[in-house]
Amino acid sequence: MDFTFSEDQLLFQSSVRDFLTGEVTPQRIRACWEREDGRDPALWQQLTELGLVGVTVPEKFGGLGMSELDFVLLAQECGYVALPEPLVHTALVAVPMLRQLGGDLAAQWLPRIAAGEAKVAVGLEQNLLVEDAHTADLLLMQQGDAWYALKPEQVDLRHNQSVDPSRRLYAVAIKSAASPVATGVQADALTLAALDRGALGCAAQALGLAQRMVDLAVSYSGDRQQFGKPIGSFQAVKHLMANVAVRLEYARPPVHRAACSLAHGDSCASRAVSHAKLVACEAANLAAKNSIQVHGAMGYTWEVDLHIFMKKAWALANSCGDTAFHKARVADYILSDDAALGAGATFKIKE
Amino acid sequence: MDLAYTAEQQVFRAEIREWLASNVPQQSLQSFDTAEGFAQHRQWEACLNQGRWGMVTWPEEFGGRGCDLIDWLIFEEEYYRAGAPLRVNQNGIFLLGPTLMEYGTPQQQARILPKMACGEEVWAQGWSEPNAGSDMAAIRARADLKGDRYVINGQKIWSTRAVWADWLFGMFRTDPDSERHRGLTFILVPLNTKGITVRPIPQLDGLPGFAEVFFDDVEVAVENRLGDEGAGWQVAMATAGFERGLMLRSPARFQETARRLVELYKSNRESAQGDPGVKDAVIRAYLDAESYCLATYQTACRLGKGGKIGAESSTNKIFWSELDQNMHATAMSILGARAELLPHAPDAAGVGTWLDGWLFSQSGPIYAGTNEIQRNIIAERMLGMPR
Repeated sequence: MDFTFSEDQLLFQSSVRDFLTGEVTPQRIRACWEREDGRDPALWQQLTELGLVGVTVPEKFGGLGMSELDFVLLAQECGYVALPEPLVHTALVAVPMLRQLGGDLAAQWLPRIAAGEAKVAVGLEQNLLVEDAHTADLLLMQQGDAWYALKPEQVDLRHNQSVDPSRRLYAVAIKSAASPVATGVQADALTLAALDRGALGCAAQALGLAQRMVDLAVSYSGDRQQFGKPIGSFQAVKHLMANVAVRLEYARPPVHRAACSLAHGDSCASRAVSHAKLVACEAANLAAKNSIQVHGAMGYTWEVDLHIFMKKAWALANSCGDTAFHKARVADYILSDDAALGAGATFKIKE
Repeated sequence: MDLAYTAEQQVFRAEIREWLASNVPQQSLQSFDTAEGFAQHRQWEACLNQGRWGMVTWPEEFGGRGCDLIDWLIFEEEYYRAGAPLRVNQNGIFLLGPTLMEYGTPQQQARILPKMACGEEVWAQGWSEPNAGSDMAAIRARADLKGDRYVINGQKIWSTRAVWADWLFGMFRTDPDSERHRGLTFILVPLNTKGITVRPIPQLDGLPGFAEVFFDDVEVAVENRLGDEGAGWQVAMATAGFERGLMLRSPARFQETARRLVELYKSNRESAQGDPGVKDAVIRAYLDAESYCLATYQTACRLGKGGKIGAESSTNKIFWSELDQNMHATAMSILGARAELLPHAPDAAGVGTWLDGWLFSQSGPIYAGTNEIQRNIIAERMLGMPR
């Protein structure tokens, strides 16, 4: 039993945090919003050079060959800065799916992803729309119980505006007939894995977003003076923030467990992911609600940075499986006859 | 990271499971807040100690097994699964014991710990006073050093287990000119000393789970001071830290409540579905109990590798106490019109112990530092908000 991250994993997190907080500033995010495609190729290049774009690409294809567990702390950091670039989606969904598909698709695309030469988007039916389909060189699309690999010229895109200006969502229509790359059982396995990894990515980012919103509100409450003292010295304000800290403190371990379960292919992985997604997004939603309250009217403006993080949190809460979906997965398990519940049922026995 | 039990941990689990299966009393004991129940629970502590299961984390010389925190969590899981009796000496074994190991002299440890471990000496706590509740630094009960004895005068209140306990530990003002946190000293007091009057206070269930303790020129040998004179606050904070921490409220208790809640929901599904919020509350109970378990294991592993618990431990108290209240509130909803019935009421079939749990859960957000005080600590020390 070891529920800690390794020195290397923590060191990597810390260097990525330094990079991201230095480079991905609210000003840079606002500049992205002004661009037609909402993306920042220079930033993607930097992420590529740091090895982050290919972090989960196998070493033989030019990546770092890391797992969900290695990446989860980095995904938290991506959330902390509200990174607009699709790094979490690439590392946790697109790359693992190509690894799962294997063969020519993997051999052809994984080296190009790691080299920053190509982007791959994944379209899950659960998500209705496809993130970053507009900059993708390859689209992996689910249609019922089949998966298709499509080039940009094979699809029509219709942009849908999100509350989060950083998110670029597209309805994708397949123009020309294509043959599936996976069907039946294999396709179902791809769907489940993509959904679980995507949900883990949302959960990990939600943790970072929640922390950022707390940091912003705490900082504001120390500066803003009313009645002759900082508003943060009032208990009513303190307790708003303390309530977020409590939920956040207890949302992190489930996310780390989910990452570990996915990395080890545990049978409980899907349930662990749903748990993680529910509690992390709930913590982020509470952080948004209480942080805007602490900011007062300033929090309701476009000009103050808080909304960059609130809006991403709101969007992620129902992405890769909405609340109803994940609650149903948990309920189906705990109400089933063979559920292992109670004390001592949380972890498994080493084989 | 590797979230699986080792073979040794499995062996340990099997050993305690087997022992509990053949030793846990078939019939549940009476409440330890009755004279008879107190004696039964004291006997159970002796039985546990004979099997060397009293406090597995203690060193072997004091009757323990020198186990690490993961083993402690495993022990607790098996203990609650087996429905074993509540720990009548929890003030001693969970709170004072660890403090003694940190601040006690070897003589104090040798004299006190073995008798604590076997239940021969049951401990009450003496923190609060009528005017020192959340504001614990307002303590006024005096202990004046005269020769080799302290002479104690004053009053303590909400002293848990004081009605039948043998000893009391608490904080007293030894420097009459001191203010707030300074000048306080941690002293251990035999409750049968001349000059002590214990007035039982019935709790919500009508039983005297705590008491007022009056001190009139009570003389206590100076050897019963724990830590230095004037260092009481520092010593007490260690105790309060343990109290909030994983010793007193390990996750097993709440996971078992969550499991029973799921069962209650399943066996009353028809009536439970009438209120659409109930199913959601059941899901939440399971998730929160699971989160609490995961967080506790993560902390235990971190501590095992030399990490420290900081102000974030204040989140713990809020989380489990609210979880406990929510779970019992949900059970009350499911039980509907039966929820108000005492277990021995003639038509109370199927109500189990939910009402007792519901009453007890009301105390969680209050004792061991109210949740409001915990929120202040989180805001000021963990988040760095201004005082």
